[in-house]
Amino acid sequence: MANDPIQQFQIQKLFPIEVGGMDLSFTNSSLFMVLTVAATSAFLIFSTSGRGLVPSRVQSVSEMMYEFVAGTLRSAAGTEGMRFFPLVFSLFMFVLVANLFGMFPYFFTVTSHIIVTFALAMLVILTVIIYGFMKNGMKFLKLFVPSGVPGALIPLVTLIEVISFLSRPISLSVRLFANMLAGHITLKVFSGFVVSLSAMGAVGIFGSILPLGMTVALTALEFLVAFLQAYVFTVLTCMYLNDAIHPSH
Amino acid sequence: MSSQNGDHNDRMAGSPQAGLSERRAQLNRKLDDIKAVEEKTARKSQSSSSGYAQAMKLSSEFIAGVLVGAGIGWVADEWLGTSPFGLIVFLLLGFAAGVLNVLRSVGVVEQQDAKIQREKDARDDRS
Repeated sequence: MANDPIQQFQIQKLFPIEVGGMDLSFTNSSLFMVLTVAATSAFLIFSTSGRGLVPSRVQSVSEMMYEFVAGTLRSAAGTEGMRFFPLVFSLFMFVLVANLFGMFPYFFTVTSHIIVTFALAMLVILTVIIYGFMKNGMKFLKLFVPSGVPGALIPLVTLIEVISFLSRPISLSVRLFANMLAGHITLKVFSGFVVSLSAMGAVGIFGSILPLGMTVALTALEFLVAFLQAYVFTVLTCMYLNDAIHPSH
Repeated sequence: MSSQNGDHNDRMAGSPQAGLSERRAQLNRKLDDIKAVEEKTARKSQSSSSGYAQAMKLSSEFIAGVLVGAGIGWVADEWLGTSPFGLIVFLLLGFAAGVLNVLRSVGVVEQQDAKIQREKDARDDRS
């Protein structure tokens, strides 16, 4: 049935590939990830190919994105954090474009699957852990021992801090995934009301104005959420990277 | 300009005015600390101005803490065979971590940190 709000998240195999008993099929999810990366790269290459001193319209859009992410990163992690700029900018562009792709009708939303967002979050956290130990050595562990705590409480507080640190990738991935999933389901349910109400005759068509207005409003909200979640993901990434660079609490 | 300042300080040295200007400088530094923290939290709350986004953020922080605590407890039970106790202890610790996550993302922890740092500085100055 076309009215099923969950159906849009189903994974379909486009080209079944099997390597050594492992299922490595090219699915619709993979297709949209490739499309996201391709669209992002194509846009950035196209918009920066002119490189005028006075930027053209397209060029100023990509310059604005650069300035935006660079400003966020610099304010959260300092100039030292700018070495992570390629990672942060790629993450921001991927999440933003994937979220916005999801707003097209009949398109698949890559970020509405928790495994995708969890993989992105693990990428961030592993970068933080590996770089933190590489740069600070054992001093990185000071992140888990806040200063000014009485000696007897230190084991307990450290344990809580460790759990709090481990919960970061989960909250990072759950937030993005839940926002996209909930938004798309709500949108689908309300637009489903329009279809089923207008099938009920004259009164139904009149009554379907309400959910139709709601759908329009929700679409606007979803565009806001798509941008906001990409921004939140980026800000939190910058904050976690800041912990790796300056681990003193 | 700098020589003028030097003159000024020399004249003031030893007089009660010197202590006063030192204290004023210290007070200014404290105010800067507070302002920095306030600006940071203001910017953070501005970026997630809509109530829906705020609710989503705080609940995911809290739930993640509890889930990780419960997960660690469960794994500890599986490995060590301490059946209910690991889950109980780590679930409570996870609850505490979740509350800590929420407080940190609202900016309460930062304020407390700044306060502790200030008090420590004051103690150091006095001794």
